[in-house]
Amino acid sequence: MAWYKRTQDDDEVAGEKRSVPVGVFTKCPGCRETLLTADLKANADVCPKCDHHFLMGTRARVALIMDEGSFVEVDTRIESLDPLGFRDSKRYPDRVRAAWRQAGTPDALISGWGTVGAVPVEAGFFAFEFMGGSMGSVVGEKVTRVFERALERRVPALIFCASGGARMQEGVLSLMQMAKTSAAISRMRQAAVPLVSILLHPTTGGVAASFAMLGDVIVAEPKALIGFAGARVIQNTIRQSLPPGFQRAEFLLKHGFVDCIVHRREMKDSLTRLMRMLIPTDTRATAS
Amino acid sequence: MASKEARVTETPVLEFERPVVELERKIQELREFAGDSRDMQREIRSLETRVAELQQEIFADLTPWQTVLLSRHAGRPFTLDYISRMTAEFTELHGDRRFGDDPAIVGGFALFDGSPVLCVGHQKGRTTKENVTRNFGMPKPEGYRKALRLMEMAARFGKPIICFVDTPGAYPGVDAEERGQAEAIAKNLEVMAGLPVPILCAVIGEGGSGGALALGVADRIVMLEYATYSVITPEGCAAILWRDDDKKADAAAAMKLTASDLLRLRIVDEVVSEAPGGAHRDFDATARNLTVSLRHHLTELRRLSPGELQEQRYQKFREMGAFVESTERPESR
Ligand SMILES: [Zn+2]
Repeated sequence: MAWYKRTQDDDEVAGEKRSVPVGVFTKCPGCRETLLTADLKANADVCPKCDHHFLMGTRARVALIMDEGSFVEVDTRIESLDPLGFRDSKRYPDRVRAAWRQAGTPDALISGWGTVGAVPVEAGFFAFEFMGGSMGSVVGEKVTRVFERALERRVPALIFCASGGARMQEGVLSLMQMAKTSAAISRMRQAAVPLVSILLHPTTGGVAASFAMLGDVIVAEPKALIGFAGARVIQNTIRQSLPPGFQRAEFLLKHGFVDCIVHRREMKDSLTRLMRMLIPTDTRATAS
Repeated sequence: MASKEARVTETPVLEFERPVVELERKIQELREFAGDSRDMQREIRSLETRVAELQQEIFADLTPWQTVLLSRHAGRPFTLDYISRMTAEFTELHGDRRFGDDPAIVGGFALFDGSPVLCVGHQKGRTTKENVTRNFGMPKPEGYRKALRLMEMAARFGKPIICFVDTPGAYPGVDAEERGQAEAIAKNLEVMAGLPVPILCAVIGEGGSGGALALGVADRIVMLEYATYSVITPEGCAAILWRDDDKKADAAAAMKLTASDLLRLRIVDEVVSEAPGGAHRDFDATARNLTVSLRHHLTELRRLSPGELQEQRYQKFREMGAFVESTERPESR
């Protein structure tokens, strides 16, 4: 009987297992309580006892943030190729197909436009359930289009990050997506179009080292793992144990690399308030 | 500077270089005894031909993993070796004005073909002591922020930028994370994309992931023949995808990280020949080849206005990626 069910083994990319709750009961890794999964779902996949933030399905996240009925998904027909003919234990195209079946989305990003608290936005949501949210050519292209549309329409862009980093199976092409997306941000910056990046668990590697860290405002969920290098790599380098709370959202707040940590239930209201304040104002006197 | 012969005997020798190096030693010994003997001279000449042939044979058929080893060769010329050979009056500038000075990145103004440019690059060490100082060419955030400060200054004063890439990767350490390694790299990507001056990037050794790219958002990217550029080290890739460190050679082959691979994938604009047997066999010859290449690209870029440079650089990276998009149904659903 599967009372407890693990959903994905890609979680361990982050060094800690966190999963989307499924099944009748879910044990909270935060407080060890056994919870009714239905109660968790009603609470945006946050433990009602200890506020542990479980991973949240990407469609559920879109519904949580975007105004009801406002979201128009775009760029749904972009699919990855296999530019390197990559094969480890599986062929890359087979891996992609398996991930597609499992995650229900052709790659690791859902993007589109809509409103958040009646503010028009362009938004991208990483699907961590698709190959650990890794960024290859498709994700890089879709993120870039989110930014370019925001620039063209002069509306704020929101990017919800949850990714282990660049996708190894596309080699340097994945690496170059960091440059491509960051170049688009350079143009947004010039044109004073706001970017808010929201860092979810986990945001690491090449995604952290590009647009995730380039938001005008950077918001994180509580205890999200955020950093450039993986904990295991660092441990192998320094050969000593890592300080408690290392690379958690709270650690980045303390060191000045995120603006604020926002509880998932308050995320939409916070983003709405923020964007209303960020939309550029012409400061020149209108009367002449 | 050590003489060419001295360098051959002092530098560590890779397994596949050994037949060549051993033959060279033999020639050297023969020379000492040869005197005026015609026979011996003839023997030496024939062995020299054999060395050249052997080297050509070995290097014509390098595996990607062997290329990785060459790109990391301890005897390879590093950034400062190229700067000293390719430019004049290099004046090194230090510090990020925020935290400190990172010796894993060097930068400063110099004369290239008689006109001022900014040179900035990763710097490895040759001895153990140097490598401790240079942190094996693995920068911390202050290194990237120094590079950024210098590049912004170069842009302000209208000077072209030449970046030398040679790093295993950005330093993975607690202090680097505390000071925002991810943010430092990200900021360089964003700012480099918009600078209004020509930017050239030469991958001279290891192009290790984001830590390399942070000096790599350029108008032209050239790569030395035996340099590599990859999204993760072959060791890291093997550990994650194969769950087996011993599969690093397989990972190196799968990732397509050699200069010729990347030319084919249209990531790099030109592959620059190294001295026969690799850059470490002749610093000067390799530096001359690189000079010729960079001179050519810089001459072309100098004809473009700042706006044209920015637009072309944007499009260059905009086009990188491989995907298909079908349009048989409307986008919204
Ligand atoms: Zn709990």
